[in-house]
Amino acid sequence: MKLNYFRQNSFRQFTIAVLSVIVVAFICFLFVDYIGYRSVALLLLATVSVLAIFFSRFPVFVAAALSALIWDYFFIPPHFTLHVESSEDVLMLLMYFVIALINGVLTSKVRELEKLELQKEERSNTLKLYKTLFDSISHELRTPIATIVGASDNLLQKDSNVSENDKSNLVNEISIAAFRLNRLIDNLLNMQRLESGMLKIKPDWCEINELINSPVSRLKNELSTHTLKIEIQEDFPVIKLDFGLIEQALFNLVHNETLYTPADSEIVITASYNTNHLIIKISDNGKGFTHQELNLLFSKFYRSSVKTAGGTGLGLSIVKGFVEAHGGKVSVSNNVPTGAKFTLEIPTEPFELNDYMDFSDMVVKKNMEHETLTDIYTPKTTNKSKSSDKTTQN
Amino acid sequence: MSAPMNILVIDDEVQIRKLLEITLNSNDYHTMLAATAKEGITMSVVHPPDLIVLDLGLPDEDGQVVLRKLREWYLGAIIILSVRSSEEEIVKALDNGANDYLTKPFRTGELLARIRTALRQTQNTTQVQKLEFDKLIIDLTTRTVTLDNEPVKLTATEYSLLTLLAKNDGKVLTHQYILKNIWGPGYTLQSQYLRVFVGQLRKKIEPNINSPRFILTESGIGYRFCTKDED
Repeated sequence: MKLNYFRQNSFRQFTIAVLSVIVVAFICFLFVDYIGYRSVALLLLATVSVLAIFFSRFPVFVAAALSALIWDYFFIPPHFTLHVESSEDVLMLLMYFVIALINGVLTSKVRELEKLELQKEERSNTLKLYKTLFDSISHELRTPIATIVGASDNLLQKDSNVSENDKSNLVNEISIAAFRLNRLIDNLLNMQRLESGMLKIKPDWCEINELINSPVSRLKNELSTHTLKIEIQEDFPVIKLDFGLIEQALFNLVHNETLYTPADSEIVITASYNTNHLIIKISDNGKGFTHQELNLLFSKFYRSSVKTAGGTGLGLSIVKGFVEAHGGKVSVSNNVPTGAKFTLEIPTEPFELNDYMDFSDMVVKKNMEHETLTDIYTPKTTNKSKSSDKTTQN
Repeated sequence: MSAPMNILVIDDEVQIRKLLEITLNSNDYHTMLAATAKEGITMSVVHPPDLIVLDLGLPDEDGQVVLRKLREWYLGAIIILSVRSSEEEIVKALDNGANDYLTKPFRTGELLARIRTALRQTQNTTQVQKLEFDKLIIDLTTRTVTLDNEPVKLTATEYSLLTLLAKNDGKVLTHQYILKNIWGPGYTLQSQYLRVFVGQLRKKIEPNINSPRFILTESGIGYRFCTKDED
């Protein structure tokens, strides 16, 4: 992939280099009587220098050689031969070559250095990111493990005088810790799917209530301390997207809400469908974010300054990755008067109601038991009139 | 009461076997344990159990193959254990004849509920005329549905969908299975119809559309009709 891109890119560079030399030479050829053939050399040299700023070594060399030949052939008397008469012009041609070559070499050296520097910086950034990730993951792994070890030790102790109530509390803590570990593994696996570039979305038809309810019911316990409002637009069509991925994205967003907003906060989820886009907004009346946080929130492994147990800095990157895999986008802003608002916008095709009407007729023909689409309470006579209604509709 | 039900657990993880043995024994089931597919199949032949809990990730043989081998002769219930985010595997196993599935990590309460449902369904073959779930009553003889003593108006397709789910209450039905049974074999890929009708049906029978009580969604797999109020 990379090599291919490079080849295409270098082919483009060669083309542009050759073309720009030819164009400049042509223009000079038109005005050579006014400017003199020696200044043409300077103009061509300037062209090569400009090319050297943007292009890599070889296209610049080609441009230098070509422009020298053109200058010699078309401009140095006698015209239209490669022969050079005056010793002044020989020297000039030689110098031209040398300067053009030096130009090419120097700029490409500078470029290489820059590239190295950039790579180094990238590498150290990645290392820093991984360090942050591993720090937070090992912390996130150890906390629940410590809980499990501690609580089970306590329960195993034969001569302990822990009350029955406390015993059941300890067991509960073990359970919570285990599910926290499980969630972390889910997130790590999801991150790996994104990072490996192996993520393929499998769109299928989804119903909006299911899409919203699924993460909400998985977070039933976490949400018990918050107030949740769900508002879904009337007549929402059935839409096509990868249910698993978007459900996970919503799960991460709602889970974040439970982690980063104080208890008793209100979380509002709204879903609407507009111009072939699914728009889901998740807002709260918590503290919101600072300007700097709003900018950094979706970058990889970023963790809020309010370090809360359960956060790894993975959640929002996964949201971003999954939504972008659908060609959608995710954004965050502060809510008025307080709190934050996350917005998902995903392009998706709707299932037209017309198709469904057609289909119902097919059912009628297909299966005798499904005689009509009308309700099963209406007497047979009205059934008939209704089914004839249906045929006139189509 | 009759003799305790026999449950065969086929799982290579010793911790899971131990956990299931304790859980099942303490709930009055008789448990048999197998660590490999080979051992499990042998045990199921020698002592046919009432139900098999089968882990899909066995070391000596692909769980789907084991499932198919068992289904060649075994008529009892099979519940599969799988890891999360392998919906395709689960759907395949359900199509291969598994009665139900659980993903690890699972709640033991959930496991026991699934076992009860699966046992009930494989043993109970009597014809019923009326299905009752709290306030929802489906009369199969008159094809009428009432919720809170109020009649519910359903289309023919909605009614078929509801009865298919309700007759299999507690059991997960895959999208393909439902499409095939309600719309016919040519419609197994037309999941949009299923979404539309489930959406409509829920609007008519669910007390709270935001938190379905009767028709539960099994992400990426299918639907399950819920027998009892969960909380």
